Amino acid sequence: MTLERCLLLAFALFAIGVYGALTRRHLVGLLISIELMLNAANINLAAFAHFRPGDATGGATFALFTIAVAACEMAAALSIVVAMYRRRRNLDLDKLRSLREPIEAEPGAGKAP
Amino acid sequence: MIAHGYLILLFPLLAFAVNGLWLARRNGFAAGLFSILMSAASLAYAIPLALEWFAAVHGGDASAPVEAWRFTWLPLEGALKVDFSMILDPISVMMLLVIGTVALLVNVYSMGYMRHDPSRGRFFALLSLFAFSMLGLVIAGNVFQMYVFWELVGVSSYLLIGFWYEKPSAVAASKKAMIVTRFADSFFLLGIVLAAYAAGSMDFSVLNGSAIAAMSREVSLGGFHVNLLFLASLLMFLGGWGKSAMFPLHIWLPDAMEGPTPVSSIIHSATMVVAGVYLTARFFPMFAAAPGFLDLVRVVGIFTALFAAVIACTQKDIKRILAFSTLSQLGYMMFSLGAAATVLGGVNTAAYSASAFHIFTHAFFKCLLFLGAGALIHHVHANELDAMGGLWKKLPLTWISMLLACLAIAGIPPFSGFWSKDEIILAAWQSGHGLSAALALFTGFLTAFYMFRLYFLAFHGEPRGGHGEGHGRHEDPWMTVPIVILAVPTVLSGLLAKDFFHHFALPHQVLSESPVEHVAWLPATAATLGILGLFLAFVLYGRRGADAKAALSVEGRGGWYRLILNKFYIDELYLFVARRLLIGGFAGAVKWVDTNVVDAAVGATASGTLRSGALLRRLQNGNLAFYIGAFLFGILLLRILGRLPL
Amino acid sequence: MNLDSLLLTLVWTLPFAVVGLSLLIPKGNELWVKRLHALGSGLGVLIAAWLTYRLYGRLMVDGAPMGADLRLYAVTRIDWLPSLGISFFTGVDGLSMLLVLLTAIIVFTGVLASWNTGTQVKEFFALLQLLGAGVFGVFISFDLFTFFLFYEMEAVAMYLLIGVWGSGRREYGAMKLTLTLMLGSALVLVGILALWASSGLGTFDLTQLATVRFSPGLQAWVFPVLFVGFAVSAALFPFHTWSPDGHSAAPTAVSMLAAGVMMKLGAYGALRVAMYLCPEGARQWFPVLLYLISFNVVLGAFIAIRHKDLKFITAYSSISHLGLVLLGLAAGTYLGVKGASLQMISHGFLTGLFFAVIGMIYSRTHTRLVDTQSGLMKVMPFLGVAFVIAGFTGLGLPGLSGFVAEATIFIGAFQNPDPQVRILTVLAVLGITTTAVYVVRTANFILHGPFRVDDGHGHVMEKPETSGLTDASGVEKLALTLLIACILGMGLFPGWISRMLDTSLLPMFRALSR
Repeated sequence: MTLERCLLLAFALFAIGVYGALTRRHLVGLLISIELMLNAANINLAAFAHFRPGDATGGATFALFTIAVAACEMAAALSIVVAMYRRRRNLDLDKLRSLREPIEAEPGAGKAP
Repeated sequence: MIAHGYLILLFPLLAFAVNGLWLARRNGFAAGLFSILMSAASLAYAIPLALEWFAAVHGGDASAPVEAWRFTWLPLEGALKVDFSMILDPISVMMLLVIGTVALLVNVYSMGYMRHDPSRGRFFALLSLFAFSMLGLVIAGNVFQMYVFWELVGVSSYLLIGFWYEKPSAVAASKKAMIVTRFADSFFLLGIVLAAYAAGSMDFSVLNGSAIAAMSREVSLGGFHVNLLFLASLLMFLGGWGKSAMFPLHIWLPDAMEGPTPVSSIIHSATMVVAGVYLTARFFPMFAAAPGFLDLVRVVGIFTALFAAVIACTQKDIKRILAFSTLSQLGYMMFSLGAAATVLGGVNTAAYSASAFHIFTHAFFKCLLFLGAGALIHHVHANELDAMGGLWKKLPLTWISMLLACLAIAGIPPFSGFWSKDEIILAAWQSGHGLSAALALFTGFLTAFYMFRLYFLAFHGEPRGGHGEGHGRHEDPWMTVPIVILAVPTVLSGLLAKDFFHHFALPHQVLSESPVEHVAWLPATAATLGILGLFLAFVLYGRRGADAKAALSVEGRGGWYRLILNKFYIDELYLFVARRLLIGGFAGAVKWVDTNVVDAAVGATASGTLRSGALLRRLQNGNLAFYIGAFLFGILLLRILGRLPL
Repeated sequence: MNLDSLLLTLVWTLPFAVVGLSLLIPKGNELWVKRLHALGSGLGVLIAAWLTYRLYGRLMVDGAPMGADLRLYAVTRIDWLPSLGISFFTGVDGLSMLLVLLTAIIVFTGVLASWNTGTQVKEFFALLQLLGAGVFGVFISFDLFTFFLFYEMEAVAMYLLIGVWGSGRREYGAMKLTLTLMLGSALVLVGILALWASSGLGTFDLTQLATVRFSPGLQAWVFPVLFVGFAVSAALFPFHTWSPDGHSAAPTAVSMLAAGVMMKLGAYGALRVAMYLCPEGARQWFPVLLYLISFNVVLGAFIAIRHKDLKFITAYSSISHLGLVLLGLAAGTYLGVKGASLQMISHGFLTGLFFAVIGMIYSRTHTRLVDTQSGLMKVMPFLGVAFVIAGFTGLGLPGLSGFVAEATIFIGAFQNPDPQVRILTVLAVLGITTTAVYVVRTANFILHGPFRVDDGHGHVMEKPETSGLTDASGVEKLALTLLIACILGMGLFPGWISRMLDTSLLPMFRALSR
């Protein structure tokens, strides 16, 4: 095990996460992809903590924090997903677009009198 | 007495303030009485003051101005400041007396003339303001002070000409008077600005004295080399040009007849129009020093005199005839000042005193003529000669006085106008301006002709309608008394004041004088020409059987007659330039650019901002995957650009 | 803290106190709200007048300072954010004292002129007072940070006042006015921060910044930024179009304040900050800026001739008069600067009177177009006379304040030997005829001639007796009379104002010419 391999693993994990986030249409799939990216960062943290001489606890502590925060985040996110499913009966990201700008109302361009 | 000379101004100002703020709306009659009282007080103070001044300067240099008082009104920068002061010299003292007399008589007359006008209180307030402004103008010791009162004169004339503000023609006339004189005044102000810069002072004593040398230099003006003194003189004179209604800025004066007749009377005799002549006289040493400048004044003067006299021969409105006669007489005064420059290059001061003399005599007979015309108009309720005729029976005292005034203005000896006009022509002849003097003689002939045309058509022949039916005399003492009083100086002022003007009314600070030879045949010729004009008018309009209706009719007249009747279409030319070219064309174009270019650019900036916002907000498409992609792409971009410390 | 400082602080805090008190008045007592505001702002006028009187005495004893440094009176100084060099620093000299007095009078008369405000009275007057307080703050601040703070406060209040209580296209007018002024403010902020950063003193104190000789390179770009930024609110061409639209939408009192005082803020800032701190930049840039100014001076009056809406006419007349202020400043001679300062004060009264009268006429006839009403003199002589006096002041009639200012500007500007300035001065002098044209035309249109009013909604009145139109009420007469008295006072006795200005303009002029 070298640092490079760990970083490669983390990169691969991150890339998979990015790919998943960009392509999954299901909301839960998106959450999983984000989790992958987070874990890629965790691996980096742990790897640097392990291979860097000196203070070994900092990175691990940080990774632990991240895991805890990610867990909370997931709990909140999953409850939102459940609530949304109850309301919309649908978790397809392409259809969940209520945050978008309505295009049809063109702004009244300020014309001189 | 002299030290408290400001009282002469204070009385009319008080009348203006009290009447304008309080009395006018309460009681018009009381306002009139108060105005009369105050103008009487002003005159009563002016007479002993004049005597005291005369006693003080008698034997010495009478033309040297006596300074009654002075205070700093507006400190500008260092030594440059605006003082208000009162100077007494022959012309200012003469004007004080003339204005005081005329203002008093016109106030009395207005009591009768404006009897039935509900807003006569306002009239008396404005009349007092007018007198105050003119008094302030003549005592001014510096050009800035003169300008201050000059403008006040202009604005009070505006308010008085448009006194009947519900009458559209009066409103239009007041607007015309205001804008034309204002246009000329802007040059005057420019002259002051120039003088303040070049001479560093605005006092007449400096401008007419030490500043002449300082300003006698060439300056480059857009490639042309101009004499600075000439330029400053011209700018100042342009103010007087407009105020005294010299051609071609004369167009406002005939229209100013729309005001009540007492206003015309005071405008034409003592205030307003003589201001321009007075300005020229005040600046005489400076103007005389400017090379060739007096020649300009002379040409403008004689041309206006002749031009106005020609037009006066065709007019039908009695007040318009008098207005053109004023123009013509003002032309004489200007001409006289201009003729002071002799062909040999000297200064003939007799011409200067002749001009002041003519201001003096003209004030009385012209005031009388207008007051008399007002009485006629009051009687027949119309301005046109068409409605008059045979009025001598109805208004006998007015008739006699008007006859005397017509004789005076026509230059028939021994009435006042003869003496002053004779002096003018004589001075011009002595200065060597033969042609101008001949033109002046000819104008004198025309003057006699058109004045007696008016006289015969108004007073003699058969009555031609008008409302003044009925028998017996119809004269209102308020109106008749001033007319009769004015008849006295109309007859005598020439003969009595002749020597005073000859010996005392000389310009101060003018060094060179040219020898004067007396020409005996000139007075005789002038008188003969006057009588000839009178006779011609009699033959055409006065003799038994003369057809007044045909004489006044335009039918069958040639093109020349119409051209003259319509005042050579100069008004129309002005209207075209002002309304079509300046207001319609230029101002319209500027407004168009302002709206459609400048403001449109502002609008375009606003709408451009909105549009770009509209474009950008399309990015907010609600697709989470797109957001994440954009986010990552952004990070990558920053990394590539090297802005992110990774 | 001495009495003067206390009084000066009172002048700008009084509006806040009045607003606070007015909140205590229960609903339904609008008249008492108005009375309270009138009382408060009237008290402000008295305080400002008394302070002016006290200051005049001291200034005449002290005379002008010898150097280029300002000498301030009634100073209050509290450190605010010392780490950034921000303090709360107020005081007055001759110029700002006169402008404070002007503002107090315009606010007071503005309150009186909006006596007939019907909706949301409490809020309207509260914002009006805040607007006034902002203007006071600008005139008395000698710390650029607080200066800017007050400068912005006034713009926000103005936006709300026009947007909520305006008439016609009020949202458009309010937006245009505020956004254009904000553009100016942004430029001003850039300039101020640049000076702050490069001075090396770490202070916003104007009197200290004035001791720094900024490098010519810096001045060369900071000056135009500051000057144009300020001059936007003085309606410098081509940034002037907010003025007609803003004024025509604004309620009467806001027009009075906007044209009477707020436009002066621009000129004041241009003089006090831009020219005073960057004299070399000023000398370098004025020849260029003169071109823009000449549009104001010469063309503003011509455009006024062609407009038919009374407020547009007055707005363009303001543009042309403010052009004269800028001309005086840009001429760079002492008399030019002094004339500009005189014109700031004079134009405040003049335009306050103009907009007050127009507002009052509009509230009666419900039309502002000049060709739909005539002969108003018959039914409202007081308003008619006030309008004529305002017009005469505008065209520079001696005896009224405008003449003193304009004549001084002309004489001063002509002293600059630069032919370009001279030509512009000549044009400006000849331009007074144009002013006469639109003043006389407008007066003739609406006041003279036979009586007739057509409000544009098919309601035509032709008989004065049955029109039901009334002359000015007592409150309105009080407002107009006060303004006319100020115009007359300044026009007849300009000497003391001139002397008072001398004491504060001389040091600034020395700074400009070093």
